[in-house]
Parts: sequence; structure tokens; C-alpha cells
Amino acid sequence: MIGAASALNGNISGEWYLALAAVLFAIGAFGLLIRRNVLVMFMCVELMLNAANLTFVTFANMLHDIGGQVLVFFVLVVAAAEVVVGLGIVVAIFRRRANATADDFHLMKG
Amino acid sequence: MLHLTYLIILLPLVGFAVQVLFGRRLGDPVAGAVATIFVGASFIVSVGVFFDLLAVHGAVRSFTQNLWTWIPVGGMQIHAGLYVDPLSMTMVLFVTGISALIHLYSIGYMKGDRDYPKFFLYLNLFVASMLILVLGNNLLVTYVGWEGVGTCSYLLVAFWFTRETAAVAGKKAFIYNRIGDAGFIAAAFLTFDKVGSLDYSVIFANVGKIGTANITAICLLLMVGVAAKSAQIPLFPWLADAMEGPTPVSALIHAATMVTAGVYLLCRVNPLLHASPDAAWIVALIGAATAFVAATIACAQNDIKKVLAYSTVSQLGYMVLAIGAGAYEAAIFLMVAHAFFKGLLFLGSGSVIHGLHDEQDLKRMGNLRVYMPITFVTFGIGWLAIAGVPPLSGFWAKGDVLDNAWAAHPALWVVGIFTALLTAYYMSRLSGLAFFGQDRWKNKVAVGADADMPDAHHAAGPIPEPHESKWVMTLPLIVLAVLAAAGGVMAFATPHLSLARWVDPVFSGSLYNDHETTSTIWKLSTLDAVVAVIGVFIGLRLWITRADRPKLEWAFLRQSWYFNEIFDAIIGRPGARLAQFTSTVIEDKVIDGAVDGTGALVRRTGMALRRVQTGYVRNYALWIVVGIVALFAFMLTRTWWA
Amino acid sequence: MSTLLFAAASGAYGAKIHTPHIDYLSILPILIMMGGAVLLVTASSLFRQVMGVGSATFITVGTAIATLVAALFQWDHVVTHGAKVTIAGSIAYDGFSVFIQIVVAIAMLLTALIADGYLKREGIDGPEFHVLAMLSASGAMLMGSANDLIVIFLGLEILSIALYVLAAFNHKRAESGEAALKYFVLGAFSSAVFVYGIALVYGATGSSNLPQIADYLSKNVVASNGVLLAGLALLLVGFGFKIAAVPFHMWSPDVYQGSPSPVTGLMAAIAKAGAFAALLRVFVSSFGTLRADWQPIVWGIAILSLVVGAFAALVQKDIKRMMAYSSINHAGFILLGVQAATVRGVSASLYYLFAYMFMVIGTFAVITVVARDGDSGHQLTDYRGLGKRQPLLALAFAVLLLAQAGAPFTTGFLAKFTVVAAAVDIHSYALAVIAMASAAVAAFFYLRVVVAMYSPVGAVGDLSDLDAGELDAGPISVASPANAPVSVHGQNDAVASLSVLTEGPPTSAVADRMVRVPGLTTVAIGLSVGFTIVFGIIPGPIVDFAHQATLLFT
Repeated sequence: MIGAASALNGNISGEWYLALAAVLFAIGAFGLLIRRNVLVMFMCVELMLNAANLTFVTFANMLHDIGGQVLVFFVLVVAAAEVVVGLGIVVAIFRRRANATADDFHLMKG
Repeated sequence: MLHLTYLIILLPLVGFAVQVLFGRRLGDPVAGAVATIFVGASFIVSVGVFFDLLAVHGAVRSFTQNLWTWIPVGGMQIHAGLYVDPLSMTMVLFVTGISALIHLYSIGYMKGDRDYPKFFLYLNLFVASMLILVLGNNLLVTYVGWEGVGTCSYLLVAFWFTRETAAVAGKKAFIYNRIGDAGFIAAAFLTFDKVGSLDYSVIFANVGKIGTANITAICLLLMVGVAAKSAQIPLFPWLADAMEGPTPVSALIHAATMVTAGVYLLCRVNPLLHASPDAAWIVALIGAATAFVAATIACAQNDIKKVLAYSTVSQLGYMVLAIGAGAYEAAIFLMVAHAFFKGLLFLGSGSVIHGLHDEQDLKRMGNLRVYMPITFVTFGIGWLAIAGVPPLSGFWAKGDVLDNAWAAHPALWVVGIFTALLTAYYMSRLSGLAFFGQDRWKNKVAVGADADMPDAHHAAGPIPEPHESKWVMTLPLIVLAVLAAAGGVMAFATPHLSLARWVDPVFSGSLYNDHETTSTIWKLSTLDAVVAVIGVFIGLRLWITRADRPKLEWAFLRQSWYFNEIFDAIIGRPGARLAQFTSTVIEDKVIDGAVDGTGALVRRTGMALRRVQTGYVRNYALWIVVGIVALFAFMLTRTWWA
Repeated sequence: MSTLLFAAASGAYGAKIHTPHIDYLSILPILIMMGGAVLLVTASSLFRQVMGVGSATFITVGTAIATLVAALFQWDHVVTHGAKVTIAGSIAYDGFSVFIQIVVAIAMLLTALIADGYLKREGIDGPEFHVLAMLSASGAMLMGSANDLIVIFLGLEILSIALYVLAAFNHKRAESGEAALKYFVLGAFSSAVFVYGIALVYGATGSSNLPQIADYLSKNVVASNGVLLAGLALLLVGFGFKIAAVPFHMWSPDVYQGSPSPVTGLMAAIAKAGAFAALLRVFVSSFGTLRADWQPIVWGIAILSLVVGAFAALVQKDIKRMMAYSSINHAGFILLGVQAATVRGVSASLYYLFAYMFMVIGTFAVITVVARDGDSGHQLTDYRGLGKRQPLLALAFAVLLLAQAGAPFTTGFLAKFTVVAAAVDIHSYALAVIAMASAAVAAFFYLRVVVAMYSPVGAVGDLSDLDAGELDAGPISVASPANAPVSVHGQNDAVASLSVLTEGPPTSAVADRMVRVPGLTTVAIGLSVGFTIVFGIIPGPIVDFAHQATLLFT
């Protein structure tokens, strides 16, 4: 983050970072839609969260406001907690069946 | 004790709940005793509240108890509130008092009935509903009670529903009352539209803003409700049929309390009537016409309860006439006195019917004074009271109404005095046939039984010797007889005892009485007494000696002026045809088709939605993304637009 | 030790760190709820041998009651001293937040009572269920109090993460795991969307604090700010997911069906309460100036939710799925109040949340006991004859269902009435008409359950007739005709497909046995039904309460 901020002081304007974040976010969302492996889907969500983080930092820098950078920590903590629980659920399911393909789970529908 | 007002309603309601939960287990006669105790307790609380109200001095002798906010929707704030003032207090006192007596009487009368606990269940619910009606501080609460008493009336008229006539009579009562309810609720809507509130206090404070035409409309719509509930022309025929119910029901609901609800309502909204002379005139005319027509019909009935029923209609006509004439206090006086003597007469007739093993035909009675002395004496007091013989209560109450009618318009008085003559006559006919003359109950059939006599109920077989009823039945008779005899004291204008002084604040003192000289009142009163005595004399003279006088019982009167037939021709038969059309064409083709079509459409939509729900996570995520894209697209139009 | 270091460090640099003043009263209920969870998990790990489900329930009920008492005390305090903003502007301490604390605390209380019998029946040991439930409740409460977008996010995650685990709690059922997985993947996805929305709003307005955002919006004309509007849209998606509004609702039928029944009730009540509270606070108060931009979206989402919820519920065989669609329909109704964005609309929404909380938890209490061992008897056929076998239970269920359908003299009626009135107030006639039409359709599927309860076991009758044709083609018929239960009219296939979803005997084979209703569950059902009826007849106090709460909105 510090690195990103100092790079901004160079000649790359903030809009580029925002665009990058948007692209990362879109890639994450797209990945979630097309990938079948639950773990990879988690990773896609992480990518989306980090895109949001990047946006926070960029805006914080553009606005000269430390608040945006603080928000990132909250998001990081939450993301970590989320992953722990997610993996826990996957492990619990692994005990029943030995794969992690999301498409195998369609017992309930309609 | 004023703050305990809610108990007056709550006690019968608790009684009702007890009957619902334990009625069957309590059985005969404990269930009846329990019901009586709850109503009696309600009466005791009422007396307490009455004395507290009496202790309040000053111009505004009233008390409002807001129990809870019932319908709080934006501008519409309807409270479940109770309003205690001299008017509602008067009603509460005689409703609870007479109800308690009639509950007591019913313990004996209903003995051995298959549905004994159910009877008291309905009766308690009725008392609670009636008290809600009386105590409500806004039109909607009153309406709840209004519907409640209507429902109970239906249930109780059709109490012996296995009897075809009783079931039909119940339906008839219900339908006539629904017509009235429609009028009531329309009046409430109109009032809310013009005033923005249903609270009586708010409505009356804003009478000036409503506009005379609207007030007249509201009053006339209310009058529709009153005509149904209080059996006024043209909605009165149900009351005669309602006599199919057990006699205590006739006494309580169809003589003393429920039918006076209409009169009470008109008194309650007196500021509106006061502001609309046109409506008041129509009310007076309807009352006068009803009083006269019903009295003529009563002259030709053979069923003892039918005579009393038409007599009730006639007396209610007097009350409505008084209200139309602006004499609310006279109307209330007659209402209270009528509750005493008509309740008494019905209970007495019940005692007679009981003694004769369910015989209701006057032509098969006779000479009962020998066999049922207590019933005879008490009934006799009721008879002379309603006939208007001084110094019994009826003389004072009816005299008050007639004096006011005179002051309003002499024509109204003429109708009134003639009706008074008829009243004395038909009541004497009834008494003559029942208590004097031959022991006709020994005959196998009634005198002239082959003549067209539609509805009188007969005993199943030969009647054994009549007997006096037990104390639970005679005690209420005695109490009511004392009240019917001495009720006139309410008229004496000493500051503390006078009914008129007591309720005067409610009506802001607009009595025609005030404008008459003492000598006029004396002359009119003397005339009343003379007319009453003449009527009694003629009635007895004619009917003690002979029981069959077909010339005096015109078919026209026996058939109630053919009101039922007229309704049948103009409403009943076309209605049946319309119903036929609806059930065959509209129901089968239009509605069933639409329902089936809608059902199929709904089901198909549902199934389509189920197919969308595939069970795959990525599909679900896709829908979220679709949502996001749609939202973005919309936001994009917003940015372009701006 | 660490404090010492900290003091030394600050002394060395000579600069004081300004920590915000913490008004503990303003977060007291949340602290109690979280504290209860921590206490329970600590106590149970210290006294593993002596702590059973019973003692866990005891502590949870105690905590919920303490929370409720604290919230009521707060209410008194707010009413007398007025609303304020505490803890550096991140927490709103007003009638609105206290209202949500009360709703969630009661929901927690009722759920603890129901869960006790459930856990004992299913043989699930340990205090974790209660701990997680209390944590998720504290998350919902935090959402109600949050005055900053990031605090809302924290509340949302505390609520959700605990619920993900709770959904997976019955590891004997395959559906439970699947529900948790679906809920988790989609929940995480929507959280990411939500956070990105916060980032965009932060970028456009320079703050994540709600009053500051409102302040900024009132001083600057930002009508065509694409970043801000995109952020708004993403926030709406995040909330839409939590409240299960169409088209972000797809998770809810599966998750409702798969989760343990008491969890479903809790989820329906508190997730809606928390998310709607935050939604109302963010959109009605902070983005109130932009209502022209978001009102049409809420309008559309409300209509979709009303229609889809009502129609899809009609064709369900599983009662928990049906309740899921019903809750989508309810979300549509509450959105009516949000869309109105008036005092009347907000108080109508709050009243709806309160009434719905009791109705839905009571409903799931009955569903929990009727489901029997294994939490699997959720088909309509399992309800056949309930009216004869256990008339009181059936009556309670009928009351709760009719209340949800909006029958008069229940809280459900006034709830629907007030939100529709709020919509009419701002001339959203189309919305009001569609809402009422959907209520009519919805009444049908609620009544279907009532009819099932009062019709005898074995008779196939109208219910199967209705969809016998579609059922064979329908996707849920996984059972073979071989294990079809007793049936008549030769509709074996249809009935078989109704009755079985997983391994195990056909449920209707045991359908004529009495179900055991644990005492505490009876208390919960009694409270729900009592509230629904009593305040249906005397709505004044609760309506006033909701109205007051709205007036004390910061």
C-alpha cells in the first residue's frame, strides 16, 4: 500500500489505479461465475475484496484522507475471518465426499 | 369507581369466556347461575359508576376512558374508548339490571334444554356487545357492539334451529339487520370523510363545518340502521318473526334492550339531528307511522308473543316519534319504562306459555288468573302500565311523548293519541283472552283454528292443568312489576330524582315541554288517562265474553298489512331470479372460467420460476451479476439524464 | 506489560494518541450479547463435563433477557435525553437503533428456547450453537446501531459469518452442508460487492461516515456523479442479498431448506432486521437527497420480490422452501416502506420487522417440532392430520400462517396495511396494488398448509391434484416409486416424490405419530402466538413504539 501511494506521487494518475481495481473486481466476479472449484471461487472473492481495498487506498490518496487506508484493515480482517470459516465449511463437506466441485451441490433446487 | 367502567363490559365477557371453556362441564343449572352472577356483578359495578357520576357536578358530567389506541394509522386515530355520561349511564343501568333479571329467569325457563350452556354463552356475549354499543365513545366502537348484538340476535332467534321456522326467522332478522348495518357504516364513512374523526366529541364539536345537506344525509343513513335495529317502517317485519326465539330472548333482546339501540343511537347523535330539521321531521313521521301501523296489526294477532312483538314495534315508534319531535328526554323515559313493562309482559307471557306446555295461541288460553295468580297480578300491572292507566309508569312516559308531539305538531299528536287508544284495546284483548273467560285450554283445538292463522305455536298434545312457575321465574316478574308500577317517579321534577334533569346536559335542554303552559299539560294528561280507560274497557268488554270475533280481526291486519308479501314481490322474487342467473351464468361461466384461468397462469408462472432456480451456485451468482448490471444500466440513464 | 510498553512509546515520542470517548451505554446491549457468547464459550471449555445443552440454553436465555433489559433501559434513556451519535460518530444511539436491539434480543430469546429442544433431539452437544447464535445476533444489533458504512459492514460480517457456520450445523444432513456452502459462496460474493460499493461511495463523498456523507451531499450537487451512483447501486445489491430481495434472493430457498430449522427462523428474523435497519438508515437518511436515483430501483426490486415470492411459493412442496419464498414476499412488503422513504414508511417498516420476527420464529418453531428426528419431515404431507392429532399445535401454526397471510386481528394484517398505506401516501399506487394482489396470491399457499393440517392422513385430495401433473416433470422427484407410501387415486409417483428428499424412510410412514413438543418450545410458540394475537387486536402500543422509534431517528 505504501508502495502504491508513493507510486502515485510519480506520474501515474489515480484514475489508472481505480481502473485497475475495477478490472480486478470484474475478473474476480467473472471467475466466480465460470470456475467450478470451490477453493478457486474463494480466491475470486478474495480478488474482489482486494480490488475494493485498492480502491480505498487510491481514493484515500487522492482525497488526502487517512481514513480510507484505515478502512482497508477492517476489510482485511473480515476477509481473513471469512476465509477461515469458508475453509472450515469446505473441510466439513470434504469429509462426506472427496471433491470440491461446486456443481456437485445441487441437491436443493426449485 | 369511574375508572372501573371497563369492568362493566369485561365481566359479561369473562362470563362468556367461562361459558366457552367450561360451559358444558358446568351444565344445567350451574352454567346459568354462573352467567347470572357475572351479569349481576356487572350491574353492581354499574351502580357504583352511576353514583360516582352522580357525584360529579357541573355542566360536563361525563367521563371518557381510553382503553387503548385501536387503529392508529396516520391521520386515522381510533381509540377503543368508553364514554360515560348520563345518557349512556341510564342505558347501562337498565341494560345490566334487566339482563341480570332475565338471566335469572332463564335458569328456570331453559331448564332441560339440550343446549342449556350454549344459551347462556350467547346471552352473556349479547350483554357484553350491548354494553360496548352503549359505552363506545366513537362510531366504530358503537358499530362493533351494533354488529355484536345483531349476531347474538341471529344466534338466539335461531336457537332452536332444528325448527324450520326458527332457522328462517333467524336469517330474516339477520338480513334485515344487515341492510341497516350498511346504512350505519355508510353514515360512518361519510362522517369520517367530512370530519376526519369518528369520536362523538370531535364530530359534535365540528357540526358547524359539515354542512346541512351532509348532516341530513348522515342522519338519514343512520336512520336506515335505526329502522332495521329498532324495527321501524319499512324494516320492521323481522321483529315479529324473531319471536321464534326462546321467550327470555324476546324479553331481553327484542323488547327491552337491543331494539332500543336505534333509539339510543339517535339520542347519542342528537346534535346532528338538531342541526337538520328535515331529517328530524322524517324521523318523526316514520315513528308516528310505525306506532300506528304496528298497533293496528297487534289488534288482530292470535299468538300471544306476536301481539307483544307488534306492541313493541308500536312503542318503539313512539320513541322515534319523540326523538323526531326533539323530545329526547321523553324518548328515554319511555325507553326505560318500556323496558320495565315490556320485559315484564314478555316474561309473564313466557310464564303462561310455560304453564300451558308451549301453547302460544290466545284462543286456547283463558281464565288463567285462577291457576297462575302471581303471573296474573304481575302481568296485569304490565298490561295497565302499557295501556297508560294512571298512576303506572306507562301513563307518565307515554304522556310525556304525547305532550311533546302536541307541541311539535298537532297531527302527530292525533296519530299518537289514537294509537294509545289502540294500545289499550289490544292489550286488554290479550289479557281478556288469556286470563279471563272460559278455560279454553281444555279444548282440543283453538277457537276458529281453521281460519288462516299463520304462525302461532301450539302445544304438542292436550294441555294438562296450568301451574304457577317456580321462584326463579316469578321473582323477576315481581321485581319488574314493582318497577313498571313505580317507574313514573322518574318523571317527578324534583332536582335529584327527575330523569329529565339527569339526562338534560346531554341534550343541552331543547325541550318542547318548556314552551307549554301547565294547563295544557293538565288537559292533555287527563285526555290520555280517559283514552286509556276507554280502550281497556272496550277491550275487556269485547273479549272476555267471546273469543271469536272474526269481524274485528281483518285478514289485512292479521297479515301485517301484507308487508311481507310486498317485499316478496318487489325484492324476494326478482332477487331469486337474479341469484338463479348469477349461479348458472355468471358463476359457472364467467367466474369459474376466470378462477381456473388465473390458477393455471399462477401455476405456470410458479413452475417457470422453479426452473430458474437450478440449484447451481454459479447460476445464482449469475443472477446477482445480472442484477448488478441492470442497476448499473439504470444509474447510467440517470447520469445521462442529469 | 503491553500497556507499559505503549505508555513508554507514547512518552518517547511525546505525542498523545487520541482515543475516542466510548459511551458504553450506547453499545451496552451489543456488549452484553457478545459478552454472553464469550462467557459461554469460556465456561464450556473450562467445565466441559458439567455443561450440557441445558446450561448453554440457560446462559443464552439469561443473556438475551439481560440484553433486552439493557435495550429497554436505553429506550427510556433515549426518550428522555434524546438521540445522539457516539464513539467518534460511528454509532448512532437513537430510538431506531434501540428498536432493532429489542427486536433482535427477543428473536435471540425465542430461538434459544426453540434450539434447546432441537439440539437435544438431534443429539448435537456443546455450546457452540448458542455461542454462534449470540454472535450473529450481536452482528445484527451492530447493524442497527451502525452510523458508518464500515461499521455496517462489520456488523453484516459478524452476522453472516456466524450464520454460515450455523447453517452447516447439522452435519448429519447433507442439505445442511450444501446450504452452508451456497450461503457462504454467495454471501462472500455479495460482501465483496458491498465493500466495493463502500469504496466507491467513499471516493465520491470523501467519507464513510453516514452523517458526513449526508452533509457532503447536501452541500454539493452531485447529481451526475457516476462513481457515487455506482456505489449506491452496489450497496443496494449487498443489502438486497441480505434481505433476500429478487433478483438477489436465489440463495434463500436452498439455505432456508438446508439449514437446521431453528437457524432458519433466526436467520429470517435477524438478518432481515439488521439489514433492513442499515438499509433504512443509509438510504432514507443519508442518501435521502438522492432518492430520485434509488427510489425507482427499490420500486422495481419490491415488485419483483412481491411477485416472485408469492408465485414461486405456490408450487413448493417443502414447507421450509415455501417459507423462504414467503420471506422474499415479506421483504417486498417491507421494501414498500423503504421506497416511501417517509416517516410513515420507516415506522411501517419497523413495525413490520417486529411483527414478522414473532411470526417467522413461531412458524419455524412449529416446523422444528413437526420435522421429527433428523429434521427431515418438511413436506406438506407431514402436516396432514396435525389438526386432529395435536389440535393446539395445529391451531398455533394456523394462527401464525394466517398472520403471515395478513388476516385481520393479527399483527400481520396491520403490518401489511401500514406499509401499503405508506406507499399510497406517496402515490405509489401501482406498487400498492401489486402488493395487495401478491398478498392475495400468498394467502393461497398459507391456506394450503392450514388445509393440509385439517385434512386426514392418507387422503391425497386437492393438494396433490393441483400439481400432480407437474410433479413428475418437476426437478425434486428423486425418490423411486418403490418406496412410495400408502396412497390412493393411483398417484403413487406424485406422492412418493413429495415425501422423500434424502435417504431414509418415507416420512409419511411416521406421519400419523404424535410429535413431541418440548416445554421451552411451547413457551416460544406461546409467546409468538400471544404477541401476534394480542397486538393484532390491540395494535396501538407497538405501532406507537415503532412510530416513536422513527421520530427519534438521528
